[in-house]
Amino acid sequence: MKISPEILDQYQAVIGLEVHAQLLTKSKAFSSDRNEYGNLPNTNTSPISLGHPGTLPVLNEKSAEYAVRLGLACNCDIRELNEFARKNYFYADLPKGYQITQDTTPICTGGSISIKTPDGIAKNVGLTRIHMEEDSGKSIHDLSPFETLIDLNRAGVPLLEIVSEPDMSSGDEAYAYLTEVRKLFRYLEVCDGNMEEGSLRCDANISVMKKGSKVYGTRVEVKNLNSIRNVKRAIEFEINRHISVLENGGEIKKVTLTFNAATGETSIMRTKEEADDYRYFPEPDLQPLTISQEYIQSIKSTMPPLPNELFSKYVDELKLSEYDAGVLTDDKYFALYFEELLNHVADAKNATNWMMGEVKGYLNEMAIEIDKFDCTPIRLAEVINMVDEGTMGRSLASQQLFPLVVQHPSKSARALAEEFQLVQVGNEDELQSWIQQALDKYPEKVQEYRGGKKGIIGLFMGEVMRLSQGKADPKITSQLIQKALDQ
Amino acid sequence: MEITDKMIEKLADLSRLNFDGEQRDKMKGDLEKMIAFVDTLNSVNTDGVEPLIYMTNEPLELRKDAVGAELSQAEALSNAPSKDSDYFKVPKVLDK
Repeated sequence: MKISPEILDQYQAVIGLEVHAQLLTKSKAFSSDRNEYGNLPNTNTSPISLGHPGTLPVLNEKSAEYAVRLGLACNCDIRELNEFARKNYFYADLPKGYQITQDTTPICTGGSISIKTPDGIAKNVGLTRIHMEEDSGKSIHDLSPFETLIDLNRAGVPLLEIVSEPDMSSGDEAYAYLTEVRKLFRYLEVCDGNMEEGSLRCDANISVMKKGSKVYGTRVEVKNLNSIRNVKRAIEFEINRHISVLENGGEIKKVTLTFNAATGETSIMRTKEEADDYRYFPEPDLQPLTISQEYIQSIKSTMPPLPNELFSKYVDELKLSEYDAGVLTDDKYFALYFEELLNHVADAKNATNWMMGEVKGYLNEMAIEIDKFDCTPIRLAEVINMVDEGTMGRSLASQQLFPLVVQHPSKSARALAEEFQLVQVGNEDELQSWIQQALDKYPEKVQEYRGGKKGIIGLFMGEVMRLSQGKADPKITSQLIQKALDQ
Repeated sequence: MEITDKMIEKLADLSRLNFDGEQRDKMKGDLEKMIAFVDTLNSVNTDGVEPLIYMTNEPLELRKDAVGAELSQAEALSNAPSKDSDYFKVPKVLDK
């Protein structure tokens, strides 16, 4: 289905996302069995999560706390009186025959997530609501040819459902939104954001309409999207399909679709002839949860720095590039490392160069995260400060001292510099002897320089650095070479 | 209130059940009786009475996030009519 750009341009897509986040709690939402991924089937259960008659749910205080944390981070209104509701449906992996959720009184309403569109423009994606609920168990359809197998380890795991407004208009915007949401989850430590393991799940609602129209097109829902990239791919596929159907005089049917990552196409999971009927009613087994202003304040006081706050600080106050600020804030612990480093060095740009260069390079090379990095911010600051005060050249520090500092976690940078004699040589006699050797090695180049090819000075500089094993003071050396050549 | 075939159909669909012929008629009769019972309740004048949802006015009790007693796998599966050593077994849900 190839659609011409002129036709594509007549349409506009309307996209809203529903995100389910499994919370990083030790125990389940309403019972004390473990909330852990990957255990043997049906080993993390209790009479409550199995839905045995006569059992009563008791809310995990962390479910509410994490919801408030996320709500504060997204500038939502946080509701004082929270009721729980039963969402009734029959499915084999839902032991009670209903899911405990929130219906008319979601804990958070309003608020937004700020994203960057592909053109680099900031855009706020509104949030309709965030509410607390519990996960279902897992149905396994492909292990046995005759039956469906049920694992209830996941039954009752606490979830937050985050419903966006239909504010996005492309797969790229959905991609940016999910990336921001996941980053926020990780900063707040409410969810690990692992889409492959299903701790972060996303359903996309998609419709298209002619540009400028006030009436939304018929919308479809795509489920089973197991990566952020696949969310984008599914949306792009659907936008194309919708426009193609409409251009050929057809009509879009209201269906639930599933995305096949191998083919990049969607297929119908079920048709929605009738609207879902979940017969919600208030959960009589749980009293309403009251969230007081004092409680909200107490959560506020323990909030970590948020990625967008740090990003603004780096760009506006520290005058870093948006690219650098983006890389620095991409991972919470990388950002916190940088924050600590800033407390010990004079120049933020200099610190940024070390983070983006040496530190990032080392982490990539070793394929580790910063929490496994054996050089504390204070010790890295020592290296940076030695360069700043002129004890050592930048390249000597980078190429020789930095690896030593990483390899010897118990020794200070200064002690290591001394031990390995990495102190910069500024002594003119010593420098002169290296310079003479360099000039003697390339007599014809000396002639070229004197004939006007001034750029060649770099060659002698490099030679002196090689002879001195990087220890020659670059400033003094350069002056001395120039002097020697100009004689 | 009259119970129609269509209502039975919808309820059956929501409950993942199937009623045909005699079964459907029996279900219709039962349902009509139940609705009639509720209609009796409806005859009481409840103007100005707030719906009663919760049996007490106690605040919600919260639980600390700590792992407590879990069932063993064998215990968890012990009441299931159909199971293997690891899983509950139910009729095939998806035709794949």
